[in-house]
Amino acid sequence: MGSTSAEHSSPKSGTDGQIAPSGVGRRDLIKRSAALGLVSVPAMGFLSSCASGGGDGEEKAKAGKKTDKNPLAVNETAQMEFVLFDGGFGKEYAEDAVKVYEKAFPKAKVKFSATQKIQSTLQPRFNGGTPPDLIDNSGAEQMDMGVLVGKNQLADLTPLLDAPSYDDPSKKVRDTLRPGIVEMGQFDGEPVWIMYYAYTVYGVWYSQKALDRLDEKYPETWDEMLAVCAKAKKKGMAGWTYAGKYPYYIPFSLYPMIGKVGGREVLDAIDNLEPNAWKHPAVKACFEAYYELQQKGYVLKGTPGLDHIQSQTAWAKGEALFIPNGSWVENESANVIPKDFDLAVSAPTGIDSSDKMPFGTIWASGGEPFIVPAKAKNGTGGMEQLRIMLSEASSKNFTAKVKSLTAFNGGTDGISLTPGLKSGVAALEKAGDNVVNPRLQDWYVKLQKEQIGVSGLGEMMAGRATPAEAIKKIQGYADAAAKDDSIKHYKHQ
Amino acid sequence: MQHGKYRFIVGFLALPLGLYALFVIWPFIQSIYYSFTDWTGLSPEFKTVGFDNYTKMFHDDVFWKSLQHSLLFAVLLPVVTISLALFLSFMINVGGRRRRGGPAITGVRGSSFYKIVYFFPQVLSIAIVALLFAFAYNPDSGAINSVLRGVGLDSLQPLWLGDPNLALWCVMAVLVWSTVGFFVVLFSAGMASIPADLYEAALLDGAGRASTFFKITLPLLWDTVQSGWVYMGILALGAESFAVVQIMTTGPGGPDYSTTVLVLYVYQKAFRDGQAAYATTIGVALLVVTLLFAAVVMRLGRRERLEF
Repeated sequence: MGSTSAEHSSPKSGTDGQIAPSGVGRRDLIKRSAALGLVSVPAMGFLSSCASGGGDGEEKAKAGKKTDKNPLAVNETAQMEFVLFDGGFGKEYAEDAVKVYEKAFPKAKVKFSATQKIQSTLQPRFNGGTPPDLIDNSGAEQMDMGVLVGKNQLADLTPLLDAPSYDDPSKKVRDTLRPGIVEMGQFDGEPVWIMYYAYTVYGVWYSQKALDRLDEKYPETWDEMLAVCAKAKKKGMAGWTYAGKYPYYIPFSLYPMIGKVGGREVLDAIDNLEPNAWKHPAVKACFEAYYELQQKGYVLKGTPGLDHIQSQTAWAKGEALFIPNGSWVENESANVIPKDFDLAVSAPTGIDSSDKMPFGTIWASGGEPFIVPAKAKNGTGGMEQLRIMLSEASSKNFTAKVKSLTAFNGGTDGISLTPGLKSGVAALEKAGDNVVNPRLQDWYVKLQKEQIGVSGLGEMMAGRATPAEAIKKIQGYADAAAKDDSIKHYKHQ
Repeated sequence: MQHGKYRFIVGFLALPLGLYALFVIWPFIQSIYYSFTDWTGLSPEFKTVGFDNYTKMFHDDVFWKSLQHSLLFAVLLPVVTISLALFLSFMINVGGRRRRGGPAITGVRGSSFYKIVYFFPQVLSIAIVALLFAFAYNPDSGAINSVLRGVGLDSLQPLWLGDPNLALWCVMAVLVWSTVGFFVVLFSAGMASIPADLYEAALLDGAGRASTFFKITLPLLWDTVQSGWVYMGILALGAESFAVVQIMTTGPGGPDYSTTVLVLYVYQKAFRDGQAAYATTIGVALLVVTLLFAAVVMRLGRRERLEF
């Protein structure tokens, strides 16, 4: 206790505990220390910079010499820092690409790291103005792209897209990419902020073997779909299951179905948050079709309580025939999918022949978004690394290692494809130009996942809301999002 | 000598007060300040917007829902957990029958074994507990529904976490399960310090278990119960409730916002939606709720301390 020591050090203090007038009393001490606390708090403000502070960072690396081999004029000696999301695709493919970079620029140091905690690692660095040169902004801790773009934190990747491609100098990088990749990287206007590296096929995933056993082929109209489900039910198998705890998986087959039934404009209107976009008859027809699955008992019992892994496991065990999912499912559920499962994907079933788009209309889009921060010290280095990754060799390496397509158009010749991947390539071929790309999930994350997914579709597919109620609720959420000026709004070009 | 005295005191206090100011008070002030800005959390630029965030918060349905759930957690969890822990520790320490040749006051048979069993969940990290229960609640192949099927209740197969009417209770049950052991040990330690002659006197007067508990154990244990109460309430408002909701529930926070709590909402706003300023506003609301809770408990729990 401070007061006792004060007594002892004072020669005049009495034995009865009375302190000499000049000494520091207990009360005084408390008062003074409280005052000290009050004074020191604002003083700290000058000493420590606040969390959002930070300067402009250091100087950017000077441009190097522009040559045929170095079209982006990367500084040959500057350090390049690359942060990768260490998720389902692992990190080997990126490490391989880094080796190519190091070979091309032997004097440059490459600082490569892989993490699952993209946001916790990088958010402070963005705030401090010292972000790395290339980031794979993916996973559960993905930083909100809309905010990054809106706050001018990203570099325009147009120089990369206009640079000659790695394999063929007469072709620009942008001409070697799959459909939709460049558009997906745009938010409003010309600049391209994001380079999606993986290419994901969404749709209805199933076991060809299970369908064969039912003596059926994949249904193209909803009546056929109901017939297949009825047949499966007789054999003790549910027609459908989905990630009940994350009902925003349902749109992977529902959105392209809406596009097929009502045409692209319906999906564009939904993405643009137009008034009454969800009240379109095509939306209603598709919602009612899905609701019918639930009402007729064609959805695996207990599905609303399953997470994505649990639902995929039940489906792989043959408890359900169909599941809406993306092409990552082959890798993610590899250990539960039986060898003779014969995994296949199909474009979603439509309503009937009066649908606006042909059967085969599918949702495919980029995944694994790579970004180069505007304040990166060696941004051109980051772009060069991306150019290397978009070469045929790197793309093939990726496809072979992680069973997924890349943004590079091609790169599947000469390597053996897994059943799911093969079926995905076939589905893309069948679709041709009829590839739709709904953007809600990257433009308005909260609206898509929490509101449309969990509160709207989740409740409807659990049988707790009718299609009309779900549509009304979702339209309300969309209207609120359109009015909310704290979020940035986007429009299809 | 006088100078030396000051230097001595300042030397003692400067470091801890400085650390306290830097790591506790300063972040509080910062977050209150940020709640008046439009900071996104993803860029160093922001401007002050006055009370906009607070107006928005008062019109935000999800905020009110989260607040409601958090308050329910803060009120219900301590009551259930502490009553259960008091009962269990009483049975372990005092509630046993007298055995021939043994001490007059003893716990039920096998009490030392139970003590370890009850403490077991405390050894597991809350994340693991949440994950384990998420598996148990799986309506398709989870332990609970399998048991129900096993005893012939095929028709009773609830969706547990998938059902908006059950999900919140499922989450609470997990929190009770994982924390009750800690309080059993805490209260056991408290009961051990109550002199045995008090119990013996009560026994001689013919007191049964219930009246022994209410007339002797509880009053003498009151201080421990009260601090346990505050601790449990803060835990229910803070990190533990976040972990279980985030890991176990639909969405998370669902189905249909039936399990969202304030801490989860803060997290989602700051780290999913890029609205750090709005998140700090909700954080300020959470701070107020927590302080109120502590004040109420201290106020209600105030009674004269018994010396023994």
